[in-house]
Amino acid sequence: MFSWLEKNPFFFAVFVFVVIAYAGVVEILPAFSPNARPIESKKPYTALELAGRHVYIKESCNACHSQLIRPFKAETDRYGAYSKAGEYAYDRPFLWGSKRTGPDLMRVGNYRTTDWHENHMKKPVSVVPSSIMPEYPHLFKKNSDLDTAYAEALTVKKVFNVPYDEEGYPKLGTYEDARKMMVEQATPIVDAMSDEEVKQAFEPCRANALDSKCEIKEIVALIAYLNSLK
Amino acid sequence: MANPSQNLGYDYTVAKWFMFACILFGIIGMGIGTLIAFQLAFPELNNIAGEYSTFGRLRPLHTNGVVYGFMLSGIWATWYYVGQRVLKVSLRESKFLMFIGKAHFIIFMITILLAVVSLFAGVTTSKEYAELEWPFDIAVVVIWVLWGMGIFGLIGIRREKSLYISIWYYIATFLGVAMLYLFNNMEVPTKLVTGMGSWLHSVSMYAGSNDALIQWWWGHNAVAFVFTVAIIAEIYYFLPKESGQPVFSYKLSLFSFWSLMFIYLWAGGHHLIYSTVPDWMQTMGSIFSVVLILPSWGSAINILLTMKGEWHQVKESPLIKFMIFASTFYMFSTLEGSIQSVKSINALAHFTDWIPGHVHDGTLGWVGFMTMAAIYHMTPRVFKKEIYSKKIMEYQFTIQTLGIVLFFSSMWIAGITQGMMWRAYDDYGTLTYSFIDTVIALHPYFIIRAIGGLLYLIGFFMFAYNIYKSVTSSRSVEVEPKSASPMQA
Repeated sequence: MFSWLEKNPFFFAVFVFVVIAYAGVVEILPAFSPNARPIESKKPYTALELAGRHVYIKESCNACHSQLIRPFKAETDRYGAYSKAGEYAYDRPFLWGSKRTGPDLMRVGNYRTTDWHENHMKKPVSVVPSSIMPEYPHLFKKNSDLDTAYAEALTVKKVFNVPYDEEGYPKLGTYEDARKMMVEQATPIVDAMSDEEVKQAFEPCRANALDSKCEIKEIVALIAYLNSLK
Repeated sequence: MANPSQNLGYDYTVAKWFMFACILFGIIGMGIGTLIAFQLAFPELNNIAGEYSTFGRLRPLHTNGVVYGFMLSGIWATWYYVGQRVLKVSLRESKFLMFIGKAHFIIFMITILLAVVSLFAGVTTSKEYAELEWPFDIAVVVIWVLWGMGIFGLIGIRREKSLYISIWYYIATFLGVAMLYLFNNMEVPTKLVTGMGSWLHSVSMYAGSNDALIQWWWGHNAVAFVFTVAIIAEIYYFLPKESGQPVFSYKLSLFSFWSLMFIYLWAGGHHLIYSTVPDWMQTMGSIFSVVLILPSWGSAINILLTMKGEWHQVKESPLIKFMIFASTFYMFSTLEGSIQSVKSINALAHFTDWIPGHVHDGTLGWVGFMTMAAIYHMTPRVFKKEIYSKKIMEYQFTIQTLGIVLFFSSMWIAGITQGMMWRAYDDYGTLTYSFIDTVIALHPYFIIRAIGGLLYLIGFFMFAYNIYKSVTSSRSVEVEPKSASPMQA
């Protein structure tokens, strides 16, 4: 049989493909529906948090920080309750990471504050002496891409039925509504920060969220995201 | 009857291009790897070029540069060489296939260039080894389809009826990666749906645990079908050619090929042990990863036994030594992978530096050595020049082996230290160490690892220099050598 296959490339290729694909079909399909069900009380990210998540992804924070707490005492003592499948139902993509050069961040919102994050991004060794994390000064200078964040929220609402605007879930609304809510969520974060540049850039937002001079820096969105991890 | 292959005049144009690309991306990818290894030991290096030089930005560049730049170029260089020879047909005979081959290379180069720029800019989907955003994904699919047309086109016009085992492995690489890549990169471009925001942004089709499942189905197996399957294709051709020995056992080849095909994809689950995917899946991932030892060692033993009675060649030829060491590292690395997939060991090893350690003894030892050996073997036949220096090869071999050993041993110790420290409790039931204590403890190992990486990089420069000198100023080869590649001094 095998010597026959060696002379018939078409059937050889089909045979190889079936043998390879078999594992995928058996392994992956059955898990899809139960895994996708969100845990109760889990809410989709707000547009500002999504903008922060983009910053997190852009800088590949997940190359060093995991977001997956394994069910071991040492991990739950250190980071908090272990992870459940349904907690990730709104994570596109997932950000579990594969290596911990820094600690897990799955529930970092429970034990770190806005000003801690600010100092940590600006100068990591100021809050964790001997940290080997890079400094991220450019996060304080660049503006968050609020349009793309809104586009993502709207996309997942339309395509994947993520329950924005439903009762008990975050509101998304029109672009104007979303802008206002982003400024609203950013305000207490900016207030808790000390960086002058960030504060000044945010000033026009207080009067009018749609002002073209209204700037929400990347660091603000990132902190909004990190604070939401609970 | 005269052997038709002697009158064919194989055309190595595309093979040559990919050989150069392989060396170029090897230098770039390994260079960035060495830099980020030093960054872990000396964090000030992170900000030497602002946001574009932080570890997070460079790490995907390193992995993509080495996996897709260096290794895939190497695989394709060997394909455009081996494919013609074992199918007994020259690319020159078909204008169409020649065009496809050239288009394959050119679109690949353009895509790599775009990939580098976009990754520097932080445009990434965050999925490991699949970081490229959707427009570049489409370009990758085009490249892959072109390669597939090349493979099956050449097979279509072949003179040799039976497909040699290397061809099986090339076909499997093509099919496996194609399937995995398509599924893992399913994403929805947000601009197309909403008309707003960035063109380069997309959201994954899968959420959370499902996304992780698909990603590691890809992450493990793409590595498998690029790092393992294609490299086995290479060694099954180049070792018998270089040593003048037939492959030890046809039955063992058959057994290891088909069982590898069947078992490999199950093993992706070992990346998800103790995660939130269902328990039975984790168990399957663990069991099949252990079983994977059989086909892996089957191939490796088949390769090693090919040298039966001819072991003196290892002493005489550095090229044979590269290949035999590659196989040995393959055995070592797959054994290590199986050990790490055992649940209780995974609990300790997961998220630690032992994981990159494991990846690197496979890639540096097995893939890197085999790729360089293949290029060394092809050079006298493609460029009709002797290899410039046997001595450089010997030194390169020693330096790189030392580099690999330093790399994986330091990461092995570092990983286990890290894992033990994370789980240590004192007599009062509180955690003994804070996280930063483990970071401090790893400092010396990070330095050793970086030095290991640097040694390997130096060896790679010696390799590049040796090839350069061979092509430009070495003695010409009049008649193509049957086995043992001619080497000067």
